[in-house]
Amino acid sequence: MIRVENLTKTFDQFTAVKDISFQVDAGEIFAFLGPNGAGKTTTIKMLTTLMRPTVGRIHLDGFDPWVKQREARQRFGIVFQDPSLDGEQTAYENMELHGILYHLPKRVRVERIEQLLKLFELWERRNDYVKTFSGGMKRRLEIARGFLHTPKILFLDEPTLGLDPQSRNQLWTHVKAINESEKTTVFLTTHYMDEADRVAHRIAIMDHGAIVAIGTSAELKAKTNTESLEAAFLALTGESLRDESASSTDNLRRFAQMWQKR
Amino acid sequence: MGAIYIMWLREVKRYFRSKAQLIVSLGQPTLYLLALGFGFGPVFAKAGAGSYIQFMAPGVVGMTVLFSSIFSGMAMLWDRQFGFLKETLVAPVPRLHIILGRTLGGATVASMQGLLMLIVCLVAGFRPVYAHAPGTAVEHNWLAIPVAVIFILLIALVFAALGSSVGSTIKDMQGFQVLMNFMVMPIFFLSGALYPLKGQSKVFSWITHADPLTYGIDGLRGVLIGNWQFNFSSQFNFALDLGLLVALAALFLGTSAWLFSRIEV
Repeated sequence: MIRVENLTKTFDQFTAVKDISFQVDAGEIFAFLGPNGAGKTTTIKMLTTLMRPTVGRIHLDGFDPWVKQREARQRFGIVFQDPSLDGEQTAYENMELHGILYHLPKRVRVERIEQLLKLFELWERRNDYVKTFSGGMKRRLEIARGFLHTPKILFLDEPTLGLDPQSRNQLWTHVKAINESEKTTVFLTTHYMDEADRVAHRIAIMDHGAIVAIGTSAELKAKTNTESLEAAFLALTGESLRDESASSTDNLRRFAQMWQKR
Repeated sequence: MGAIYIMWLREVKRYFRSKAQLIVSLGQPTLYLLALGFGFGPVFAKAGAGSYIQFMAPGVVGMTVLFSSIFSGMAMLWDRQFGFLKETLVAPVPRLHIILGRTLGGATVASMQGLLMLIVCLVAGFRPVYAHAPGTAVEHNWLAIPVAVIFILLIALVFAALGSSVGSTIKDMQGFQVLMNFMVMPIFFLSGALYPLKGQSKVFSWITHADPLTYGIDGLRGVLIGNWQFNFSSQFNFALDLGLLVALAALFLGTSAWLFSRIEV
């Protein structure tokens, strides 16, 4: 379903992703793990047509997203690391806008929005502005929206960041349910080892822009001779801390928060 | 087509939902109209140039449309910040449709604001009139209003597209402030919205003629009070303003589409 060959991304002097290759099968839940700055988000951006790779080839359901951009885009859904909802519109309007952008006929749109909002327990709040939602509700809405156009692949970039254990648990239950009922391939990144352990069929561990190991949770533990995925992760990536510098978007967000508090 | 419509609808919905902003954004032009209109009125009249309120009204209508339309485009900065922009960047529709919908939406909203401001001007005593020589009777020209609407729409489109171009490139608040001070304010102050451009020094006159809004204001003022700045026939002056605005709208729409298609995040 996803095939990546020799993917590389360089920014000026810095190589964010170094010559990675991997394959994800149809219907699989595939987790990408790695410390901050390992290149996970850059990889997702390249896979989802948001950033052009320096070198390498990508195939999404047989389409090269840089040649057949629209065909590729129609086939995947994405939940970004940062929220991407329109707070000034209601939950329903956000879903509807997505449905129209993804060419869903009205009848299908109406049916599927209802089905997904009910599944993600947002139906009662459908006519409320998204800006009034809690973090967990926003995440659920984003994931529901990601599934709306029945994508073949759903990308989830740290979808549970900042959620409480209840919300995280419930979120993965839903994702797993749709993965099983609709055979959606799921490509996710996360910092929570227990989540990867629980939901992912296979796991790739990335560090310094390269994939250092790939396999099932059991295989990774066996390879590193460890008891838990967390221990395997640390064995593969070392224990030193990684720092990331703030992007201009982060700075802007901080500014906006200050502004709103005035 | 669906994408253009839904992006347009989003802008229009926003407008009707924030009624406070709707009123506030008319506050500044109204202040200009009343404070400057009545403040400078006597001086203007003494200089033999007639009523300053009459002269100013087309200017503040143009001002309202300028600010509203250019900000609608620059509001892309907020969508970038709150993340919604990305939702539209990965959608399986041509980015041209997204930016076209946004820009048309912004232009629609700005035109409505311009119309509201025109109503405020009418309440404040402004009347559309035919050109008249000093000392002759003043004749009201209500038919000028629908023609003025054409200019309002064009100004809105030109600057919404310019705003979209700029919005596709700025990434932070500093960029926004720089553009505000070095682009939006000069466009407004150099357009002849507040003073006549006839009889200015050569250099200053060149600068004002490089300002796209100059032609919008001239069109509005020409249509509404028969005061054209160029010494051509009024028909030719009208066609010149109209033609330039249409050309600029096309140019800026093209630029915004190109810049928007290149966004990577």
